[in-house]
Formats: sequence, structure tokens, C-alpha cells
Amino acid sequence: MPGQVQSITRAAAILRLLASSSGRLGIGEIARSLDLAKGTAHGIVRTLQDVGFVEQDKTSGKYQLGAALLHLGTSYLDVNELRSRSINWADPLAARSGEAVRIGTLLDGKVLVVHHVFRPDDTLQTLDVGSLLPPHATALGKVLLAYDVGAANAVMQGEPEPYTRRTLVTARTLSRALTEIRDNGWGAEIEEMTLGKAGIAAPIRGYGGLVVGAIGLSGPVDRVCDAQRHPRPALVAYVRDAARAVSRDLGAARW
Amino acid sequence: MTDSYVVSIDQGTTSTRCIVFDRRGNLVSVAQREHQQHFPRPGWVEHDALEIWRNVGKVVPRALAQAGIVAGQVAAIGIANQRESTVVWDRRTGVPVAPAIIWQDTRTDTLVEALARAPGAEDLRQRCGLPLATYFSGPKLRWLLDHTPGLYERAERGEVLFGTMESWLIWNLTGGPDGGLHLTDVTNASRTMLMDLRALGWHPDSLAFFGIPAAMLPEIRSSSEVYGTATAVLPGVRIAAALGDQQAALFGQTCFAPGDAKCTYGTGSFLLLNTGTEPVHSSHGLLTTVGYQIGGQPAVYALEGSIAITGSLVQWFRDRLELISSAPEIETLARTVDDNGGCYIVPAFSGLFAPHWRSEARGVIVGLTSYITKGHLARAVLEATGWQTREVVDAMNADSGLELTALRVDGGMTANNLLMQFVADVVAVPVVRPMVAETVSLGAAYAAGLAVGYWPDLEGLRSNWHPAARWVPKMDNAVRAEERENWQRAVERTFDWIKPEARAANE
Ligand SMILES: Nc1ncnc2c1ncn2[C@@H]1O[C@H](COP(=O)(O)OP(=O)(O)OP(=O)(O)O)[C@@H](O)[C@H]1O
Ligand SMILES: [Mg+2]
Repeated sequence: MPGQVQSITRAAAILRLLASSSGRLGIGEIARSLDLAKGTAHGIVRTLQDVGFVEQDKTSGKYQLGAALLHLGTSYLDVNELRSRSINWADPLAARSGEAVRIGTLLDGKVLVVHHVFRPDDTLQTLDVGSLLPPHATALGKVLLAYDVGAANAVMQGEPEPYTRRTLVTARTLSRALTEIRDNGWGAEIEEMTLGKAGIAAPIRGYGGLVVGAIGLSGPVDRVCDAQRHPRPALVAYVRDAARAVSRDLGAARW
Repeated sequence: MTDSYVVSIDQGTTSTRCIVFDRRGNLVSVAQREHQQHFPRPGWVEHDALEIWRNVGKVVPRALAQAGIVAGQVAAIGIANQRESTVVWDRRTGVPVAPAIIWQDTRTDTLVEALARAPGAEDLRQRCGLPLATYFSGPKLRWLLDHTPGLYERAERGEVLFGTMESWLIWNLTGGPDGGLHLTDVTNASRTMLMDLRALGWHPDSLAFFGIPAAMLPEIRSSSEVYGTATAVLPGVRIAAALGDQQAALFGQTCFAPGDAKCTYGTGSFLLLNTGTEPVHSSHGLLTTVGYQIGGQPAVYALEGSIAITGSLVQWFRDRLELISSAPEIETLARTVDDNGGCYIVPAFSGLFAPHWRSEARGVIVGLTSYITKGHLARAVLEATGWQTREVVDAMNADSGLELTALRVDGGMTANNLLMQFVADVVAVPVVRPMVAETVSLGAAYAAGLAVGYWPDLEGLRSNWHPAARWVPKMDNAVRAEERENWQRAVERTFDWIKPEARAANE
């Protein structure tokens, strides 16, 4: 039997203790109840606080269960907050790549466009924040599916719509594509939704590596891909840099 | 040749940010740190200037490390700052003599009323382009001189120095007690009420009006020139620009031609219109201010509509009412309902700024019924920003005789889609956000880069500007008219809340 991870056992005990207590508890009380050194208890409680499972009362300094625990089943990152936190990185991605940028999350099996930055060519474009994209036929969607087994299974069990003859519609091709995305850490879509169009996307991760969204660019296939129809490495690097920058910001404390 | 960069320091009301920009004006890295807001009494707002200086020392190295660059790769530093907030410090020790009095602070309201009746008040207004209000540095400085024992005498002897945040930072960056440069730029100086708007120098009559010793004032310089070389934080790097944050945003939005305008949505919101090299006086409650001055060129002026409370209303909703846990969640909450349910919030927390200038007004929530949920309140919070924008746009159109055809926006609140759509709906023109939302920092970087030849000219900068998002008006005209009237009735209910006796007693 593999060994237990002690700090996780202790964290679980602290959560149970807070859940069963009638009021808030101070660090001293927590440490005494569980027979832990105060420093140890403090370290675990702070970590639980960072991930939102525990909250500290501002005036008394005591702890209680955090709101995030009550909503464990729903997405932990508000989509509007995701937009606010990524805006500084989505803009330079559009500026550097010369293509339109979108950020998406999964919502009821579809990709919800959370943020959209126009292609920086001063042409008239329409903001499509709030619109829904098919997950199996977009780079954003495939990246999101690659890190969400449940959603991926649901798509494969349904009947994915063939938009072009390149759209991945079978469980076998789709699942192979998702594995490849996980191996590479990014994904692409080449004329899978619209002829002449292509896209590149990479995952945005929150604390502990949880994928909370995807960021990507899209544009004409001859600009996004090279002569061999491979996504241009420079563009892939821009997308991955932007995804990493947003992820790094999300790992930091909430503001 | 290794790549070089320009670094900006944006010393804002809530936080201090350092951003590294590359030659194309793209953001390379950013580091940010909030400082404490102190509210020791109703109407008072203070910052610890030393904490802010320490934060500069933290965010700058972090931004450089994140970008993977060293000081030797920095072509210049530009500074943008919260405006009007007043610091007085000891020239010998570098320690502030009192907490910094922040622009939102209304402790000077009785003083301002008395000054408004004093002889010379109308001349002052003509000279500085500003109405007498608690908002500006002059009254705050006078208050400090009145309430700190011995300060006036020390100021006369030149032992203490006055400055807004850019002066405080430049002095510290260039050595502090050890030869620090004591200077300000025309945009910040234009917010003190002490500067002659045309001559761009301190005016003796204005100093006499407020009773301020000239010995404590910084030297006024242009917004874009090499002031000196940093000896702290980024030793050896030239400090080449300083602008008030709103003027920096005007510059960052490349509003270089008369008629160009932008609105920045941060703690407060500020609409500025470039009026060219002549100051234009307002008859609709706008301020006349300096937009920028590049080296020895003529200064460019602006008309400004200042709104005190916009993003800070969202912060109040988050921190004081605790109805949301982060500012962006207000959009999620607001989307749980379809409209405001008849509820309006007028956030006259520091009185009302443009176009009303009512320091005795205080905030109201009207239209409350049992039907109202926190979702409706969240909508009312966001709508307050929209309607306040409409008020300053109307004033701007009336003063300039031009109709704004599109509104350029920037700042943290532009990440809020619901809000930006609402602004487009009520102002009834398209709202456009450029590719860099951190326009304050970009403007400071541009001004610094121009001064050292990192960027050749304004034309080149203008070609970096691209729309990143655009919201078009969708609201029905009849709905807009009805809602606008409701808003105006709500605003009237804030007036005359603070009674004159109460103000006198508070003094
Ligand atoms: N998504 C959002 N919706 C509504 N308000 C927001 C959102 N994101 C940020 N804000 C508000 O915007 C403000 C932050 O914007 P920004 O960073 O531009 O201001 P700031 O530069 O810190 O202001 P200052 O310079 O005065 O310190 C805060 O007041 C915050 O409440
Ligand atoms: Mg700011």
C-alpha cells in the first residue's frame, strides 16, 4: 500500500474540525485539538486559505470553512475574473501575433467565449464575448476537452457535427488528438470548423495545475500555418507564453 | 545589441505598478502591490508615503526579473501618479511630516468655503483653470500648514518640502536627503491651484492666496525630458517623464490632436479632451488642465471631466458590504437580473465632482422596494459609472461645441463587458478599448521613451494604437431617456446633505 501523505491527512482533519465546530477556531485551538505543532497547523491552514477552503475572520483572526468548499462542484474561477486577470496578456498576444485572440471555458459542453481581442489591423470586427463554440472543432475547445475527461466523453458519446471534412467526429480520432494535446501542452485546429481558417490554443491553469480555461488565436490558415500546414512555431510560442503568464498570475493570491 | 526596454512606474490610488514595455509598446511584464488605505475619520483618506516608496522598491525589481532583464537594458523610466495627493516631508531625514492627504479627502471643505469668499478667488480660478474644491493640492497643503505645529516656519526656512507623488518618488529615486531632485511636471503642477496655467510657473498671488511659502515648492519641468539619473531602485537609469495618471492615459491613448478624447476607468474615472495649445475655459463644470508638455515645446491643454467614485464603488461593494469577493464578480452578480429593478446608487462619497462640484452632497441609494436583490444593487453600482460618464460627456460636448463620435476607454473597469456595453448604451456612441488596457503606464513609458530617443516621434506611437474591443449602442431611445431622467432625479437627492453647521463643527 502506498504511504499516506501526512499533510493531506492533517488538512482533511482540520477541515472536519472546522466543519464540526460551532464557531470559528483560532490556530492555537486547531493545533491543540489535533495535537499538532502550532507552526505546522498554521502552514496547513494558510495553504487551505490560499485555495479558498478556509477563510479567516478579519477582526478576530479566527478560521472557518471557506465559501469555495460549498461550491466545490462548480467552477472555482468566475469567468469575469478570468477575463480581468488575463486582459494584460491577451492584448500583447494579439499585438505580437497579428491575429484575433479568444479565451474560453467549458459551459454545458460548449466553449463559452469569455474574452475576445480584435485582430490588430483596424478593420471593423464584432465582439463575440458570450457566444458559444463547438468544443470538438476549435483549438480552444479541444484543449479544454483534453483536460476534462467528463466533457470529452460526453462529446465523443454524442454525435459531433462535421463542419468540414477535416472535423474530428469519431471517438478514436478525437481521443488521439486530445492525447497529443496533453503531450504537447498545446493544440491546433486546421480547417476543422471553417475552410481557410486555423487556430492555436493552450491551457490556462490555476492553483495546483487545474485547467480553468484556454487562450488561443485564430486566423487564415496561410498565416497561422507554414507551407507544410504546421502551425508556425513562433505563433505556438506566443500562445504558450501568454497561457503561462496568465497561469502564473492566477497562482498568486486573489485580489 | 541586446534589446532595450522602457520601464514605467504607475503610482496609483490603490496600488503601485511597474510595467516593462518593448519597442512596439507591448507589455512585457508587470508587478503590482497595493498599499493601505487609511480612513481615520469620515471624509478623510490618507496614505503612508513611505509605504508607497517601499512598494516602488519591491515592484520594480520584480517586474525586471519577470521580464528577465537587468537595469542596463532599461532605456528610461517614466512615472505616472495619482494626482493632487499631498505629501510634505523633511528635507534632511526624508520622513513625511504627516500622512499623505489623498485627493478624495474632504477634510478641507470648510476651509474651501471660506477661501471661496476671500478676495482674489475669482482671479485664482481664472489663473489656474480649476474651481475651488477639496480635490486639489493647494487647500490640502494649506490645511497641513495650519494643523501641524511649527510647519509654516519650517517651510519658510526650506526645511520641509511639498510634492505630489511624482515629486516624492523622483526625490527618493535620485538620492533623497542625499541630493535628491525636487521637481514636478506641468501636468501635476496644474492640479495644485498654485500654477499659472499659461505661464506654467508658480504664481506669487496664488501662493499668497493660500499662504504657502515658495521655498517648499518643487521646480516645474516639462512632462518629457531627462530630469536626472536614478541612484536608488534602478541605479544609473535616466528618469525621463512624469505625468499625472490621467494625462498619462491621454498620452498613452495617443490623443495628440485637438478633439481627441479618452476616459480612464479606475478608482475614479476621468474624461480628458485635448484642446491644443490654448487653454479652454469651461462653463459646464469641467476643469482646464495641462495635458502634457514635451521638452521645450508648447504645452498642450485639456478639458477634464473628473468623476470621483467609479471603481471605488465596486471596491466598497466588495470590501464594506462584502457582497462579492472580487471586483470582477460584480458582473456575474449583475447578470443574475435583467435590469436595475428601479434602484439607483449615486456614489457622492466625497461630494460630487464634475459637472456638479457639490462638496456637501453625500451618496444615496434610491428606489428601494422589497423586490430589490443584491443583483439589482450590483447593476445599480455599474450603472452609476455609466450615467456619470454620460454627464461629463454632455458637459464636454457643450463646452467644446463638438459632438463626441466615439469614446476611447481604458483602465481596470474596461474588463467589465456589461459595464462597457452600458456605457455605449447611455452615451449613445461606440466605446472603443485599445490594445493596451494599461494606458496610464503606456503613456508614461511613451513620454520617457520620446525624451531619450527610444521612440522617434508621436506619429510612430500613434501607429501602435489599435482597437482591441468595440461596444456599440443597443439601448432603445425611449428607455435611455426614461432611465436618464431617473438618474437625474436620484442625483438631486444627494444635494445639501451635509448641513453647514455640521461642517463647521467637524473642523
Ligand atoms: N471587472 C471589473 N468590474 C468592475 N470593476 C472592476 C473590474 N476590475 C477592476 N475593477 C475596478 O477597477 C479599479 C481598478 O482599476 P485600475 O487598476 O485601472 O485602477 P487603479 O489604476 O488601481 O486606480 P488608481 O490608479 O486610482 O489606483 C478598482 O476600483 C476595481 O474595483
Ligand atoms: Mg491607475
